[in-house]
Amino acid sequence: MANAVHIVVCAGIVPDPLQTLEPVTGPNGPGLKNEMVLPAVLDPWAASALYEAAHLAAKNPGSKVWLVSFGPKAKLQQVMMTVAQKVAFELVPIDGPIGGFPDAHSTAAVLAGAIEAIPGLDRAKLLLFGGWESATRGAGATLQLIGERLGIADQFQGVDQIDLLDDGSFEVLERVEGGKHQLSVCAGTPAVLGWATGNLAEPRNNPQVGMANMRSLMPALQKAKPAKLEANGLRYVSVSLPKQQRTTRVVKDLTPDEIAAELVEWMGAE
Amino acid sequence: MENILVLTHADESGSALTRASLETVTAGQELAARLAATLTIGIVAEDITNLTKSLPSAGPRLLAVSGAAFAQPRYATDAAACQALCRAAAATIVLAPGSSRFTRVAAGVAHRLGGFIDTHITALGGTETVEATRWFYRQRVEAVISRDVRPWFLLLDAGTHAAFAAESGAASVEQIAVELPALRTTVSGLRAPAQDAQTIRPDAKLLLVAGAGWTKKQLDGQIHAAEASDLILGFLRLASASLGSSKSLVDQGGEGQPVLPFLTHMNQIGQTGATPRHAKGLSTCCHGEEPHVVGWRFIADRRAISLDPNCGWTRGKADVVYVADAFPVMAKVNALLASAKQ
Repeated sequence: MANAVHIVVCAGIVPDPLQTLEPVTGPNGPGLKNEMVLPAVLDPWAASALYEAAHLAAKNPGSKVWLVSFGPKAKLQQVMMTVAQKVAFELVPIDGPIGGFPDAHSTAAVLAGAIEAIPGLDRAKLLLFGGWESATRGAGATLQLIGERLGIADQFQGVDQIDLLDDGSFEVLERVEGGKHQLSVCAGTPAVLGWATGNLAEPRNNPQVGMANMRSLMPALQKAKPAKLEANGLRYVSVSLPKQQRTTRVVKDLTPDEIAAELVEWMGAE
Repeated sequence: MENILVLTHADESGSALTRASLETVTAGQELAARLAATLTIGIVAEDITNLTKSLPSAGPRLLAVSGAAFAQPRYATDAAACQALCRAAAATIVLAPGSSRFTRVAAGVAHRLGGFIDTHITALGGTETVEATRWFYRQRVEAVISRDVRPWFLLLDAGTHAAFAAESGAASVEQIAVELPALRTTVSGLRAPAQDAQTIRPDAKLLLVAGAGWTKKQLDGQIHAAEASDLILGFLRLASASLGSSKSLVDQGGEGQPVLPFLTHMNQIGQTGATPRHAKGLSTCCHGEEPHVVGWRFIADRRAISLDPNCGWTRGKADVVYVADAFPVMAKVNALLASAKQ
């Protein structure tokens, strides 16, 4: 139990990456067309964080994983039906707006408040996990802001690996520029880790894990507290799809030699 | 009147500012001129002796936080340094490069100062106010935003401005004292692949994108992963190119399928990977779903080799698509590049 950790994973829900997105502006600001009916998934990098959290907890007896997720209750329920089959966690749902356009500071304030209210969470043993960026706003700011609100001064972003050592300290690999990792050693919890992809494959569905999760998941969803987000002076001047259509020249009748020659000439041209 | 602070930091060598820092200096100068604002440049480094030579010798006020504690990126020290610089400059707008070093701390610093942050800024516009352009949903939706609260932190994406080039002469710098908290994190250093295995080169002119087709069965019914590896690595070496990959190809390693051994998740571009900036891009063996397009958003000149003439990715998204088998084409390309080097 010496290395037991309390891991809180912050993970939002995002439109399935294969969906076509179209921005629209409504009375509450920008959003996506048909946002509430778009198929949704757990945010990919945050999902990596959840799988890494479960893996770490399994290796360190006495550890526990909470998943704090913010979104419309109905969408959360839909996504959690799938996620709950993967790894064991206790859900802390917050009922609120969906999408990437709300302000990161407001989101962080709501999430930090929810974490502070988790019964039984030992803040001295806390590892705050999440994706280093979301697939919606992609700001890479929310987790950092939660960490500041919780008074955590050891933060790591773009994490691909954590190794908990016997003395309670841990090694972290963070992505930096040029395909490299920075290696750091932290004296121990609490700390914030914003995950990149990590090293784990997506866990297979496990019906036993799903059954166990469901016992607490549905009551938690029913009790999810609503939250509103402040704009914090953020104003959208415009929201649009990129104009990216190109006139593609399709070359069907060249030999490999001819294509290679054309490519080499193109590569050398300024 | 706005007080603009540009935050900069040293590169790995410690003897020069990063290119992204110098790009942010350019952005700061342009914004200060447009808003008739004061401009201050802040430096975070172990030793600033050689760093000021690359900054404007007249005009902006220069502030620095230096010392051994700032030799390497670390949240506690960098946050304290940036916080001290922001206070000393009484900054209302803070521009910083979206480097791993400042991305790690900028939001925390904004919070400590009662400010707000927006990141991945690709352009700064507006006439009397500041309007910032950024992407949402992983480069699939573009928005222009503004804020009327201060201080406002803006992290600029690399490659969006020209790097500042100093005329000559070093400017005088004011040292800012920083009270550091107790440090619990020790940075041990960097881990990089061996030189000949390094496939990610941010400064490369050309990005080669390898898709899952490289490890699929070829015309003879066999998989040629070893040959694919040789062709791709040979091309990267001969063309000094960087390597990107689709998620499906990177994920194959975890699914027990044939793999290209040099590929990692750090090569991944697209919806759940990077969106690198290179002048040219060549896509090979990659089919065309929407998530892939995201990875190519900032590639100006795009060509593709694909066996599928109706590939959804290439039509309307690449400038030229060659309907061909990438194996013989890339072998010929490598042969031509090798002979040109002799």
